[in-house]
Amino acid sequence: MIALLLRDLKLAVRAGGGFGLALAFFLIVTVLVPFAVGPDTQRLQPIAAGVLWIGALLACLLSLDRMLALDHEDGTLDLLATAPIPLEGVVLVKACAHWLTTGLPLTLIAAPLGVLLNLAEPGYLWLVVSLACGTPALSMIGAFGAALTVGLKRGGLLLSLLVLPLYVPTLIFGAEVARRGAEGLETQVPLMLLAAITLGVLAAMPFAAAAALRINLR
Amino acid sequence: MGSVWEYANPVKFSRTVSKVLPFVSVGALACLAVGLVWGFFFTPEDYRQGSTVKIIYLHVPAAMVAINAWLMMLVASLIWLVRRHHVSALAARAAAPVGLVMTLIALATGAIWGQPMWGTWWAWDPRLTSFLILTLFYLGYIALWEALEDPDTAADLTSVLCLVGSVFAILSRYAVNFWNQGLHQGASVMRVEAVTGADTEEKVSNIFFAPLMVCMAGFVLLFLALVLLRTRTEIHRRRLKAIEARERMA
Repeated sequence: MIALLLRDLKLAVRAGGGFGLALAFFLIVTVLVPFAVGPDTQRLQPIAAGVLWIGALLACLLSLDRMLALDHEDGTLDLLATAPIPLEGVVLVKACAHWLTTGLPLTLIAAPLGVLLNLAEPGYLWLVVSLACGTPALSMIGAFGAALTVGLKRGGLLLSLLVLPLYVPTLIFGAEVARRGAEGLETQVPLMLLAAITLGVLAAMPFAAAAALRINLR
Repeated sequence: MGSVWEYANPVKFSRTVSKVLPFVSVGALACLAVGLVWGFFFTPEDYRQGSTVKIIYLHVPAAMVAINAWLMMLVASLIWLVRRHHVSALAARAAAPVGLVMTLIALATGAIWGQPMWGTWWAWDPRLTSFLILTLFYLGYIALWEALEDPDTAADLTSVLCLVGSVFAILSRYAVNFWNQGLHQGASVMRVEAVTGADTEEKVSNIFFAPLMVCMAGFVLLFLALVLLRTRTEIHRRRLKAIEARERMA
């Protein structure tokens, strides 16, 4: 499983630019927001946390269809399905690799981007904490969506339609943590709920994703 | 009377549907006609809401059917995954567009009522928002059915999506509650005291309640008729495909 993780990481970093793409997308979305709502820093401040969460979520979505589709095309997935590790483990590793190459960099870059949107002083810590807590769930739910659409020729758009409604609870609690943090309110309750969703998703979703994958590989 | 699983046989199912469907359709039509006419023309206007209260006869039954349609799809998906009866998968498929239309009716009538009453077409109220999210789930489910070509794979994958989606729909419902406190009143129809008790401030008045029950029965029968009809159509389509394939082979 570790070998598979390393392989996925190497592929993501070396080949195809999937690694930097999500970060660039996140940057561009963040830059576009002031163009749309105006440069007034007083107006940007209250929406900064939410905009950064939406940006991170969409950037996460962008690279989902690469997670399994490439391996499906060249037959790697069929080999992995017959490998001695369970398919649930494969999916979990894939989601993990996706998080390490997308969610983690997005979390780290979110703080500097917060400066662009004039995020309130106490908000930086909570923004990073909430993204660190929430993005693993985004990757894992995304892995489920990718497993559902892996057999389709042009599954990208359908993937977004399937995955985005599933992102609602994570987004609500994640953005709530960041917003409350920025306003200096207590953040414990939404943070715990966010962590609960992430842990629940990590525990249960590999089974659903592996089931979908098995159906598609049949 | 045999077991309910007999109807997993498509032929038996089609035959029974042909027998039952006229009664269900006529029943739906009669209930809707009686309920809506009674509700619209023979009930007094509410002393505060005026005539807008009458939209309840479309709004509440549509919302109820919309939620229960998803529930029915969930049960049908489970039956398909466990016992692999094709009729069950097809029934789930047939119910989805009906459920989608019902959510849209509930949202639209709610907006039309909300404009004069709350002074806004739309508010990010928990109930409204969860219904919008339910609409998105319906859309995703239908889109996945349409996108997949192999019918068995499609049935399997949509069933898995329905199961996972149900969990997330419930999660979203409570997450949305946490996110915003709302304008929409709590459930006031399907509670015991609302049905049996005397008129109080909290409950739907008995004058409005009787036609509402008729309308709800009408909507349920309408849903049933549409699902049965659509399932039968789907079975016929499958059979046609099989016949065509056989003729091409010959």
